Amino acid sequence: MSVLVFAETAEGNFRKPAFESVSYGQRVAASLGLPLHVLCLDHELSESSIKQLGDYGASHVLWDRNELFRHFDPQPFAKALRTAAEATQASVIVLSLTYNGRALAPLLAAQLNAGLVTGAIQLPEFVGQEFRIKKNVFGGKAIATVALRTPVKIIAVLPNAVAPQRASTDVAVELFESGVTASDWKIKIKGIRKSSGKVILSDAEIVVSGGRGLKGPENWGMIEELAEVLGAATACSRPVADVHWRPHEEHVGQTGLTIRPNLYIAIGISGAIQHLAGVNGSKVIVVINKDPEAPFFKAADYGIVGDAFEIVPALTRAFKRFKSGELTFS
Amino acid sequence: MKILVCISRTPDTTSRVAFTDNNTRFDADKVQFIINPYDEWYALVRAVELQESQGAAVTLLHVGGAEGDAILRKALAIGGDRAIRIDAEPPDAYFVAVQIAAFLRQDPHDLVLVGKETIDYNGSQVGGMIAGLLEWPFVSLASRLELAGSTAVLERDISGGKEEIEVPLPVVVSCAKGMAEQRIPNMRGIMAARTKPLTVRAAEPAEALAPMIAFELPKAKQGVKLISPDQPEELVRLLHVEAKVI
Ligand SMILES: Cc1cc2nc3c(=O)[nH]c(=O)nc-3n(C[C@H](O)[C@H](O)[C@H](O)COP(=O)(O)OP(=O)(O)OC[C@H]3O[C@@H](n4cnc5c(N)ncnc54)[C@H](O)[C@@H]3O)c2cc1C
Ligand SMILES: Nc1ncnc2c1ncn2[C@@H]1O[C@H](COP(=O)(O)O)[C@@H](O)[C@H]1O
Repeated sequence: MSVLVFAETAEGNFRKPAFESVSYGQRVAASLGLPLHVLCLDHELSESSIKQLGDYGASHVLWDRNELFRHFDPQPFAKALRTAAEATQASVIVLSLTYNGRALAPLLAAQLNAGLVTGAIQLPEFVGQEFRIKKNVFGGKAIATVALRTPVKIIAVLPNAVAPQRASTDVAVELFESGVTASDWKIKIKGIRKSSGKVILSDAEIVVSGGRGLKGPENWGMIEELAEVLGAATACSRPVADVHWRPHEEHVGQTGLTIRPNLYIAIGISGAIQHLAGVNGSKVIVVINKDPEAPFFKAADYGIVGDAFEIVPALTRAFKRFKSGELTFS
Repeated sequence: MKILVCISRTPDTTSRVAFTDNNTRFDADKVQFIINPYDEWYALVRAVELQESQGAAVTLLHVGGAEGDAILRKALAIGGDRAIRIDAEPPDAYFVAVQIAAFLRQDPHDLVLVGKETIDYNGSQVGGMIAGLLEWPFVSLASRLELAGSTAVLERDISGGKEEIEVPLPVVVSCAKGMAEQRIPNMRGIMAARTKPLTVRAAEPAEALAPMIAFELPKAKQGVKLISPDQPEELVRLLHVEAKVI
């Protein structure tokens, strides 16, 4: 038995979810006293880039360099994972609940007859042969414990929820052939449209978000400036996207994107329940609103009651001074 | 062209979330149930549009108890030709997927539409599991869907953008924002729904692989700390020193 982690890549790069799942898998393997194997499916990687995974506890990496993996299609990716799971006799498979992970995890679970938890927010509790794993439900308004009792268990970890732990492990890289062929790819990619934002909203650690309180698209300059100072992505409430002040990709909430940044700054947003559903997993919420009765204050950690048009520029100046080292705190 | 739309039933978005039976079950007391918004606004409406434009036959399928009939009638009022309820209390997503896959083996469809996720248990599982069980291609988080003969042309959300793809039928598609606009059922639709067939079928035996055994409410926020508008530096300090997020 062993723990197998799928470390997702894009164009030869690991992003944070890959490190999070490697570290998660490493800790599960350590608790169970099982070996850990990591699978990489990307021909653009290099041995030296794969060695980064040692910083999160990977000791053995299986690397399939087949160029076909350049394009995501969940069926052949699941097939590769099944081949690797068989080769390593995996009893636990860990991956990240990224966009691709959302397609891959359930497909694989059904094929392996494996119990699956999507969006794990903690390490498992081990009760005999059973894993108990917590996940958010009801759009973050509650937490459920899922019991996995099957011989093979699959854990899709929620991005940005379980902090990866640093390690310094020597990595052995083994070339691996997962036995996929071009005929396994049924999905053909015709094109990719990148969204305009500088920082990808779904991955961002800090998000600056604006609502109808900003009055019009011409006032978003100050939102973008604040975001830039913080290295943050920008987001908006649904009505703002509906009237095309901002692109629909930025709309967060129940019917838009669900995000879990470390810091969410909501400016001129009332905090309707459907908006909160997409953001209340954020670690820290700051609300700026001129109405002290705005419901968002109930979900906030920090708040400023006042006019955004005065507060935001002043706040941006303060953050700039902090970033430049001019403003320090002892 | 036959399209199957998988309809789930969820508490209204504004419902109070509480649990009963020693925190093992959602407390449905006084809760209003609706069609899961992703199933209604995106999957169902897009299927009805394809019915109107291409003459596709649309089947609605729900796995659940008799209380689901009201949801299926409402869905039929928006559109679709017939509804089927597979009678069971699903213990997990795998159980639901087994039922839908078994139905599709008996009654083949070209296109299966599911929602991105149910807004209560937030699984994002059923669609991928159906594809896994049937060995069909699966397109998750689609924001656009067109049919061109025996091929589906789709747009799918990826990290930092969208991907345009083409895939042969049959295929399972999970539907996200952008695919269609919400439709309010009109009087004619509501009248027509009354006479459309709604059949109930027995469930296949299947085991639960990942049941939810307990629920809890997240720790309440400590309460908001208010900062005076003329002290932006104080907010910077708190975010750095206290919250440690910058
Ligand atoms: C089924 C359903 C799904 C929905 N899904 C979503 C969703 O996914 N995402 C979403 O966001 N919404 C969603 N909504 C809409 C949601 O209910 C709210 O209508 C919406 O979030 C309100 O957007 P807002 O806060 O920007 O605007 P408003 O509610 O108009 O709030 C504007 C706020 O700005 C403040 N303000 C005004 N001027 C200033 C100023 N100068 N300085 C500071 N503050 C100021 C006001 O006090 C007010 O609180 C959904 C609704 C339904 C029914
Ligand atoms: N009980 C059910 N009956 C029919 N379809 C369902 C059921 N549960 C989930 N689905 C479908 O699967 C999608 C994803 O659900 P989930 O995997 O539970 O998040 C939903 O949006 C529905 O389209």
